[in-house]
Amino acid sequence: MPDYLVQFNNISKFFGKVIALKDVTMRLKKGEIMCLLGDNGAGKSTLIKTLAGVHKPDEGEIIFEDNKIVFDSPKDALDIGIGTVYQDLALVPLMSVTRNFFMGREPQKGFPFLKTFDVEKANKIAADRMGQIGIDVRDPSQAVGTMSGGERQCLAISRAIYFGAKVLVLDEPTSALGVHQASMVLKYIVKAASEGLAVILITHNVHHAYPVGNSFTVLNRGKSMGTFQKKDISREKLLSMMAGGEELDKLEVELQEMDRIHKKN
Amino acid sequence: MSLKSKSISSKSSLNEDERLKKISPLRVLLNRPELGALGGSILVFIFFGIVAGDTGMFSAYGMLNFLDVSANLGIIAIAAAMLMIGGEFDLSIGSMIGFAGICIAIPAIYWGWPLWMSIVFAFAMAVLVGYFNGIMVVKTGLPSFIVTLAMLFILRGLTLAITRLITGRTQVPGLRVLIEDDPLAWLFATDTFKWLFTWLGSLKLIELRTDGTPLATGIPPSVIWFIALTLFATWILMKTRYGNWIFASGGDKVGATNVGVPVGRVKISLFIGTAVASTIFACIQVLDAGSADTMRGTLKELEAIAAAVVGGCLLTGGYGSAIGAAFGAIIFGTVSMGIFYTDVDTDWFKVFLGAMMLIAVVFNNYIRKKVTESK
Repeated sequence: MPDYLVQFNNISKFFGKVIALKDVTMRLKKGEIMCLLGDNGAGKSTLIKTLAGVHKPDEGEIIFEDNKIVFDSPKDALDIGIGTVYQDLALVPLMSVTRNFFMGREPQKGFPFLKTFDVEKANKIAADRMGQIGIDVRDPSQAVGTMSGGERQCLAISRAIYFGAKVLVLDEPTSALGVHQASMVLKYIVKAASEGLAVILITHNVHHAYPVGNSFTVLNRGKSMGTFQKKDISREKLLSMMAGGEELDKLEVELQEMDRIHKKN
Repeated sequence: MSLKSKSISSKSSLNEDERLKKISPLRVLLNRPELGALGGSILVFIFFGIVAGDTGMFSAYGMLNFLDVSANLGIIAIAAAMLMIGGEFDLSIGSMIGFAGICIAIPAIYWGWPLWMSIVFAFAMAVLVGYFNGIMVVKTGLPSFIVTLAMLFILRGLTLAITRLITGRTQVPGLRVLIEDDPLAWLFATDTFKWLFTWLGSLKLIELRTDGTPLATGIPPSVIWFIALTLFATWILMKTRYGNWIFASGGDKVGATNVGVPVGRVKISLFIGTAVASTIFACIQVLDAGSADTMRGTLKELEAIAAAVVGGCLLTGGYGSAIGAAFGAIIFGTVSMGIFYTDVDTDWFKVFLGAMMLIAVVFNNYIRKKVTESK
């Protein structure tokens, strides 16, 4: 049996009568990128929140490094090393890169009761970390608002890694980005995985997921349609599974029909 | 892939210095929130230098006069600015000033408490009021505008009702005799650097009274408090973890909470800050005048917010500076006193105040767009 870093086994979550998730299983090794694919309403958000410790699963278990874990709060998840980067990124545009990077976890220096925020050290670390991923922070005291969307996404990911994430959960990191920006973020995700992190990449964009993913879990109406290794599945197959397959086929038939009628007239 | 990004990063670090130079000093300045207020202060001084340069406004006595007014406003403006950076308003500042005044005067005059004890009592009440404002805003999620507007009425009403109930009047005089030998009151009632003024007077460098003592006797306590609070607030905002939490709480409440900033605690402490600053203001005024008046501090909350806005604070929170608010207060103080030295009717002061604030808001908005502009 391969040694998994983290396992989510048969996770189910119910909200009253609504079955938001049913028997979802995901297992990740170090350095693996698993893409979680699903259309809107497939249960992606619920699953993320369960991974991040916001929701407690009603059924199933989470096993981290061979220990069974129960999260009582998002902080518990953070503490064991599951870093979640939400779509809103938790960045304040008006604040500087450094101040955002260390928001809530500022390095301090000085004496007890007279501790100061070690701005020099923070600036250095922030610029360093951003430099490592090829983002040229001209001045770490510049406002985050001046950065591009891709750079902001990288900043948020970089922050999660710096503060000890071993499993990265990324919620639609490329959805609001252009091609160039998205490729910058994807490149960084691959780099993070190559350094030993396990990454769960949540997206509905197969074209972004397929090139970087090692395995793919497809979620549809709260249920997992299975996890597939890259060699076992094609991009087109994934796409059709996500949308419920038949629906797209039906659409195609209808479009052909319309085209035919159109030509006839 | 990782090799590739490393080569990019080494290139970028070479680029760094080169690109830093391209930012003009003007842009760096423009990115500072206090720029507008600093420029405004200079303009105001130049204006009065020309219009009222020979009227005694800029004599030692005249300067202390407008500095005293600026400093009093500055004390509350700085606290209001910090709260605004934290994303909230406090409209109860003015009422708190009146309330703190009678919290000092009634125990001291009617209940026979020592003055220091009444002062401590007033500060304790301020902490309570601030805590109540804060917890209401944090727990209910209501806009602080509404919560503190309610507090504005409640406190002013309480002040009036309690004072009339106990004293039968709306003023409580007779505090001056209690100041001497009090272990605490000197903090709010002592002119400092008297020796300097006596010395300057003996050299005939400043105006003298007919009996030979200088007209300006020393730096009023408000100015010392004002300078100390400006430095303290700036230190907090720029140099401490708590300062970063203030910016974060005001900038994005949800985001800040997600990364572990105790937003609720930060906001409550800032509300306590404005109430305590109002009480410092009240102590200085009450001890200076020797009496408390139930109407003290009326409309001061709006002046404090105006000074904070002129000083570069955004109404939406997350941006601003204490130094900016200090300059904002200096602008208002200088104009409100300086107008007496000109031929302009003092009625025009409010017109100026409003216009100044409008210009500041438009300017701030422009700056914010600049700062958050995406490439």
